[in-house]
Amino acid sequence: MPPKRKNEAAIKVEDVGMEVDVVSDSGSEDEARRRAKNRRAKPQRKSKPVSDHEEDEEDEEDEAPKKRVRKKKAKPRDSDEEDEEDNQSVKRKSSKASRKKIKEESDEEREEDREKRKKRGTVASKKEKEEHNKEKKGNVKGKQGKNMGGEKDKKKKNGKLSSSSSSSDSGDESLSEGEIAALKEQVEEKKKLITTLRNKPWRMKRRLVLLKEAQDFVEEFEGALGKGKGRKLYAFKVMMAKKLIKFKRDFDNFKTACIPWERKIKDVESHFGSSVASYFIFLRWMYGLNLVLFGFMFGLVVLPELLMGLPYGSIPRKTVPREEQDTAMDFSVLNDFEGFCKYSFLFYGYYNNERTIGVLKFRLPLSYLLVGVGIFGYSLMVVIRTMARNSNEGGDGAEEGEFTFSWKMFTSWDYLIGNPETADNKYASITTSFKESIVDEQENQKNENIHLRRFLRVLANLLITCTLGGSGYLIYFVVKRSQDFAKMEQDKLSWLEKNEVEFVMSLLGLVCPPLFETIAELEDYHPRIALKWQLGRIFALFLGNLYTFLFALFDEVNEKLETEKSIRNATEWALDQYYANYSSHFNTTDVPPPNVSPADVIRGPCWENAVGIGFVKLVVSDIQVSYLTILVGDFLRAVIVRFLNYCWCWDLEAGFPSYGEFDISGNVLGLVFNQGMIWMGAFYAPGLVGLNILRLLSSMYYQAWAVMCCNVPHARVFKASRSNNFYMGLLLLVLFLSVLPVVYTIMTLSPSFDCGPFSGQEKMYDVVMETIEQDLPSFLGNIFTYATNPGLILPAVLLMLLALYYLNAVSKGYQQANLDLKRKMKMARDEEKNRRNNKDSTNQVMKDLEDLLPNKSLIPPPIQEEPPPTDVVTGKGSKSPKVKPGAAAKGVNLQKDVSLAAQNPRAPVTHAPGPRRGHPGNARGPHPGPGRGRGRGGPPRRHES
Amino acid sequence: MGTTASQLGKDVLSEYQELTFLTKQEILLAHKRFAELLTKDEKDLPNIRVPVQRILTLPELKSNPFRRRICYVFSTSEHKDGSLTFEDFLDLLSAFSDSATLEIKSHYAFRIFDFDDDGTLDGGDLEQLVNCLTGETDDTRLTPEEMRQLISNILEESDIDKDGTVNLSEFQHVISRSPDFVSSFKIVL
Repeated sequence: MPPKRKNEAAIKVEDVGMEVDVVSDSGSEDEARRRAKNRRAKPQRKSKPVSDHEEDEEDEEDEAPKKRVRKKKAKPRDSDEEDEEDNQSVKRKSSKASRKKIKEESDEEREEDREKRKKRGTVASKKEKEEHNKEKKGNVKGKQGKNMGGEKDKKKKNGKLSSSSSSSDSGDESLSEGEIAALKEQVEEKKKLITTLRNKPWRMKRRLVLLKEAQDFVEEFEGALGKGKGRKLYAFKVMMAKKLIKFKRDFDNFKTACIPWERKIKDVESHFGSSVASYFIFLRWMYGLNLVLFGFMFGLVVLPELLMGLPYGSIPRKTVPREEQDTAMDFSVLNDFEGFCKYSFLFYGYYNNERTIGVLKFRLPLSYLLVGVGIFGYSLMVVIRTMARNSNEGGDGAEEGEFTFSWKMFTSWDYLIGNPETADNKYASITTSFKESIVDEQENQKNENIHLRRFLRVLANLLITCTLGGSGYLIYFVVKRSQDFAKMEQDKLSWLEKNEVEFVMSLLGLVCPPLFETIAELEDYHPRIALKWQLGRIFALFLGNLYTFLFALFDEVNEKLETEKSIRNATEWALDQYYANYSSHFNTTDVPPPNVSPADVIRGPCWENAVGIGFVKLVVSDIQVSYLTILVGDFLRAVIVRFLNYCWCWDLEAGFPSYGEFDISGNVLGLVFNQGMIWMGAFYAPGLVGLNILRLLSSMYYQAWAVMCCNVPHARVFKASRSNNFYMGLLLLVLFLSVLPVVYTIMTLSPSFDCGPFSGQEKMYDVVMETIEQDLPSFLGNIFTYATNPGLILPAVLLMLLALYYLNAVSKGYQQANLDLKRKMKMARDEEKNRRNNKDSTNQVMKDLEDLLPNKSLIPPPIQEEPPPTDVVTGKGSKSPKVKPGAAAKGVNLQKDVSLAAQNPRAPVTHAPGPRRGHPGNARGPHPGPGRGRGRGGPPRRHES
Repeated sequence: MGTTASQLGKDVLSEYQELTFLTKQEILLAHKRFAELLTKDEKDLPNIRVPVQRILTLPELKSNPFRRRICYVFSTSEHKDGSLTFEDFLDLLSAFSDSATLEIKSHYAFRIFDFDDDGTLDGGDLEQLVNCLTGETDDTRLTPEEMRQLISNILEESDIDKDGTVNLSEFQHVISRSPDFVSSFKIVL
C-alpha cells in the first residue's frame, strides 16, 4: 500500500519539524496537501454520479461532515461530482487560509526571538495547537489503526476525505463520528482561542487576524455539528451562547460605567501614587456597602412603617410629649436629636409593635429584627469575600525575604505615578530602600547603646499605656457625669455640659494620635515598624474609647430599666384604678379605653432610644471634628504657608510647618471605626445608615478636594496592595467587636414596654418564636425546637471544631509539602552549581552511574548488550564528563528514557492491526514505533542524523 | 457625532473589546486621547503612527522612568523608533489595564526591563534598571560598589539556573510571588 508508506514518511518529517523548525513543518504541510489532492482525485474517479438530486439540493447548504455522514450511510450512492467539487473548494479555501495563517505566524515568530517562542511552548502558536489537536484525534481513533497516522499531518478535512476513501470499509461508520467529534473539538478549540486571545502577548495585528480566522471558522462549521433533530437545538444553543456573550459584555460595560469617581481616584492616583488612592478606593467600597445596608434598612423597615403604619401623632410613641412640645422644633434641641427627632422614624422607639401592618400584612417587628441581624450577616459575608479575593489576587506569599531584592528591583515602581514631584519622592525612597537592603541596618545599630534604647522603648510603652488608661477613665468619668446631668434640669446645663461625652471622645481621638507619634520618636524604630506600632496604638485607643463608652452606656441602660419598671407598675396601677372606678361608677364591665391624648400619656424612658441617640450624636460629632480638622489642619495651614511665605523670616514651605501630608492610616482607621459605630448603632437608630451614606458621599468629594489642593506627596511612598487586606482585616475585627454588644442586648435585655417594635415581648427574639409558632406549619416549628436543642447544637459545634482541626492539619500538610518541594529545588540548584564549579558530580550514586553507563552511545541498547559497554566505558567514563559535564547527566537520563522506550514497541507490536503485520520491517526498523511514543522517539533519531 | 466616535466602527470596537482587557468606554477614551495627539491633517489618515516624542507628552507617561522602553516595546514600527499606531496604543493600555492577567503583565514587564532586547536580563540590563529606578540626579545614584552588590544579590535570588542572567521564566517565577506587582503595574488613562 503506497499511501501508507507515504504516511509514515510524512510523520517523520512532521515529528522532526515539530522539534526543529517552523519552516520544515510548513513544508510537510505542503506535502501533505499535495498528497491530499491526489487522494481527493481518487474518490472522484471511484464515485459514480448517482442521482438523488433532490436530497442533494436540500443538503446543499449543509457542511462537510454532515455530508460525510450521509455518504457513509448510503455508500452506493456516493457523493456526486458537483457536490464533491463544492466540498473541495470549501476545503481548499480553508486550507489556504490556514496556510496563510501559518505563514503569518512564522513571520511573527521570527520577529520575536526564538527562545521566547520555545518558552511559551504549548500555549503559544496556533500551529502547535492544531498539531495537538491532530494528535488528540489520532489518539481517539487509535483503534482504527493504520490510516490515522496519515490523517495526522493533514488539514482536517483533507484527512477525513483521504482516510475514508482509501481505507477499507470496516472503520467507516465510527470514523465519521470521530470526525464530527474532532470537528466539534476543533470548533471548541477555536472558541476557546477567541476567548483567550487577549491573554496572549502578541501584537494587535496578529491577534486581529487570528480572531477573524477563528471567528470565520466557527461561523462556518458550527452549524454542521449535531445531527438530525439535535441540529436545531444545537443551532439554538449556539445562538443563545452568542447572545449571552454579547449581553455579558454589554453588562460589563454598563457595570464599569456605573462605578463612580473613577476620574477623581485616577487623579489622586497619578498625583500621589497608589497608596493614597487606596484610601479613596476603600472609601468608595465602603460607600457601596453602606448603600446596600441602607437599601435593606430603608426598604424593609423604614418605608413600610412610614407608608403602612399609623401616622405621626396617632399613638404615644409617635407623639412628642406635652411638656416637650414647645421646644420640640428648636434648633438647639434638634441638634441634640431630642424633641421632634427623638420621636421620628430615625429611632427605634417610633416603630409600632403591631404584628402585621397594612394591606400586605407586612410583619414589621419580625422584619426589623431580621434586618438588624441581616446587616451584620451581609457585612460579614462581603468583607470575607473581599478579603478572599484580595488574597487570591496577589502573589500567594512566598516567604518574606526569599525575593526581597528582586521584588525591590522589579516591582517597586508605581506605574500610576504621573506627577514629577511624586516621582522624585519615589526615586528617593527606592534609593534608600536599596541602600538599606544592602547595608543591613541592624548591624549599624549594634554599636550604639543598646540599654539606653531598651529603656527608652519601655518608657515609651509605659507612657502610651498611661495615655490609653487615662483616656479610658476620662471617658468613663464623663459618661457617668452626663448621666447625672441628665437628671438635672435641661435648661440649666450649658452646651458643653450637654455634649461633654462626644466632645471629649472626639478630642481624645484628635489629640492622642499625634501624642503617640511624638512618644514613638523615643523608640527610634524603622519607619515601617513604627507605622505598625502607631496603627496598633491608635486602634487600641479607639477601641478602648468605644468600649468604655459602651460600658458606661450599659450602666445607663440598667438604670433606665429600673425606672421603667416603676413607671410601668405605676401606669398599670393607674389603669387598674381607672377600670375599677369606671366599672363601679357606670356599673358595666364594658369599659372603653381611657380617653387621654397621646401626648399626655405617661411613658417609660425607652432606653433603646437613648442608646440610638448616643450613637448618632457620636457619629455626628465625629463627622464635625474630622471635617474641621481637614479645614484647619490642612486647608488653613496650606493657605498660611502659601501666602505668609512671602513675608516670613524662614522658608515656610520647606521649613517648619510646610504642607500637610495625607495621613492614610489615620484616615482609614477613622473610617473603620466610623463603620463600627454605624454597625452598633444601626439597630437602635435605623436612620443612622442614611446619615452615614451622606457622610461618606460628602467626605468623598471633600477629602478628594482637600488632598488635591492642600497636601503634598509623601516623602516615603508606601505601596497599597498588602495593606488592602490589612484594612479589611481591621474592618472584620471591628465588625466582630460591634456585633457583640448588639447581640448581647438582643438576647438578654428586655425591650421597653411602650416603645419600639418589640414592646410587650419578654425578649426581642420572641418575635421569631411567635412567628414560628403561629405562622409556620407546626412540623416546621417542631423541627426548629429540635434544632435549637442543646443536644443537637453541641454535636454541631463539635463537628465544626473537628472540621477546623482537620482543615488545619491539611493546610499544615500542604505547607510541609511546599517546604519539601522548595528544599528539593534548592538541592537541585546546589547540585547544578556544584557541577558547574567542579565539573564533577558530587552525588556518589550519580557518579557510579556515570561510570557504569555508556553515556556516549545514545542508541537504545538491547538489554542483553548491557554488560559489554561497561567494559568499554571504564576508559571513557572518566573522560567524557570533563568534556561536557551537563551532557553526562543528561546522557544518563536519556539512557533511562530510551531503555523505557525500547521496551515500548514490543507490546504494541503484538497488538498491531492487520496491515502492520504485513510490513514487519517497519516495526522493527531503526525507529521503534514512530506512530506512538512520540516524545521518546526523539533521542534515537537525533543520534541517527 | 462625526468626530472621534464615528471613526471607530461598531465591529472594530467589538473586536477591540474581544482582544483587549479594556471596556468600551476605555477604548473610546483611548481613541479620544490618541486623536488629541494627532495633528489636523494626520487625522484623516488610517493607521497613522505617532512619534515617540508626542506619545511621551501624555501625563500618564511623562514621569515614568521607563517611558521610552514602554514605547519601544509596544511599537510595531519597522524602524524601531518607538512610534505607536492606535492599535499599539491599545495594546499598551490593555497590558497595563486593571484586568490584565499576571502573565501578560509580567511578559511585558520583562520586555520593558530587557533594555538590549536580547531575551534575557543580564548584568547590563539590571544596571540600567537600577539607574532608572534611582532617578537621574547624582545624589540618588548608587555607588558602583553598591550596584555590584545589589546586582549580585538579585542574581543570587532569582537566577535559578545560574547562567548569570534572568530569563523570562525565572522572571515570571519571581514576579508571580510578589504581592504588589499586579496592583502597581498599571496605567490608567
